[in-house]
Amino acid sequence: MDSPYFFIVLLMLAAVAFALTPLALAWLWAKFFSPRKPGPDKNATYECGLESKGDAWIRFKSEYYLYAIVFLIFDVETIFLLPFAVAFGGLSAGAFIAMMIFLLLLVEGLVWAWKKGVLTWK
Amino acid sequence: MDFFTLTLIKAGIVAAILLTTLAYLQWAERKLLAHIQLRLGPSRVGPHGLLQPLADVIKLLTKEDLLPAHVNKTLYMIAPFLAIALALIPISVVPFGPEIEVFGVNTHLQLTDLNIGLLFILAISSVGVYSVVLAGWASNNKYALLGSLRSAAQMISYELPLAVALASALLMANTLSLREIADSQAGYYLGFIPRWSVFQLPMPQIISFAVFLIAGFAETNRIPFDLPEAETELVAGFHTEYSSMKFASFFMAEYANIITMTCIATLLFLGGWHPLWPAAYGSSFVPSIVFFSGSAIALYHGLHPARPKDRYSLPAVAIAFLVAGLLFLVPALGGILTPLFWFAAKSGFLLFLFIWVRGTLPRFRYDQLMRFAWTYLFPVAMANLLVTGVLVAVFA
Repeated sequence: MDSPYFFIVLLMLAAVAFALTPLALAWLWAKFFSPRKPGPDKNATYECGLESKGDAWIRFKSEYYLYAIVFLIFDVETIFLLPFAVAFGGLSAGAFIAMMIFLLLLVEGLVWAWKKGVLTWK
Repeated sequence: MDFFTLTLIKAGIVAAILLTTLAYLQWAERKLLAHIQLRLGPSRVGPHGLLQPLADVIKLLTKEDLLPAHVNKTLYMIAPFLAIALALIPISVVPFGPEIEVFGVNTHLQLTDLNIGLLFILAISSVGVYSVVLAGWASNNKYALLGSLRSAAQMISYELPLAVALASALLMANTLSLREIADSQAGYYLGFIPRWSVFQLPMPQIISFAVFLIAGFAETNRIPFDLPEAETELVAGFHTEYSSMKFASFFMAEYANIITMTCIATLLFLGGWHPLWPAAYGSSFVPSIVFFSGSAIALYHGLHPARPKDRYSLPAVAIAFLVAGLLFLVPALGGILTPLFWFAAKSGFLLFLFIWVRGTLPRFRYDQLMRFAWTYLFPVAMANLLVTGVLVAVFA
């Protein structure tokens, strides 16, 4: 019962309740006091008054995908970095050098992606 | 009193303070922006527009709750709920002060201390990107889709420098528990220079603090990085199709994220609740002096009113400040309130910075924004990490 994670779960539930309350209140208000009056124009896609052409669920720029891939690599790296930083005081010189080499390898990856033009938004 | 009841009481207090801050942060932002632009800002609802947040809530609650015909209904409903829930959770591990004693009960000014607190905050706040992407995708609107894609790319790009900046601060703190991180910055060099991360030897973390703040601006989609909701290009970005309380949820989430971001910056880089100079040189009197000067200024302007109603409103403010200043001088309360004051002052300054920057800087172009993250901010953060690592290894 004294585990901090137990309280985290409780506080998460509290946060969920706090998030739901205003939404539920607005829903109840709309249900009882403001009857829904939908109309074809009112419920249409908002495009500054012009009639919308086609769906928005279409293909989009592949650059977003490249950024996602590069992000994934470096995000995994930061996952390694945080425990490394925390345990830094008790690490041997060998472990420190190994980590620095790992970092430099990733920097090399960044430089490669940079040279390749992945990081330039076209 | 058992631990459970205590946590409930603390959760109630924190929730009340957090929600008040959320509401009034928006008021403060509108008021400050207005004054930066030589306008008055909200001034009709209540004295100095102070009841404006309440009026806004009532307006948003009673607005018609539109459900556009073309949206993916489930995801459309879930997105705003996710945004606000995920924005509120991280505050549960943020410590606001040291261990205190109230009515014979010892307790920490923190809801619950995880030994991986910082990792928890990082994890929860990166899930926050889902709400933006879901909102944009579910809306089936071109502006919303573009806004959410931009936002997702921007949030993941700036998360890297943010995490690396945090890692270099952690090299010196050597723990992920936010309470211990703040405590590792206690004490003073030569008796007066604080050992905050930004001043700490062997490598003052000024660079990573700057990187963290810039990335924090981008993570919370604030100007100059507010491309996801750039009005001039995308109407309102990912929340174009939202109305009523769902729309307000995104705003509350944005402000809650800003508050979390300033709290982390304060804890990791600005020494948390530790004062700027030691209590031996009178730092514990600073809160009283600040409040008394505020009281004196309010009283002066109340006696020489610029507007008729100032004759009544400003003396009331003066009395409130006077009482607040006196509270800090009561020995039993002073020990509890002074750390809270320092924490609030530092976070408050950072919050002010967020608003100040919004009133000052123009918006980035999208290619500049991405280039800035990857080819400038991230290498700088990495270089700082390497230098910090080497220096800490050599000197410690």
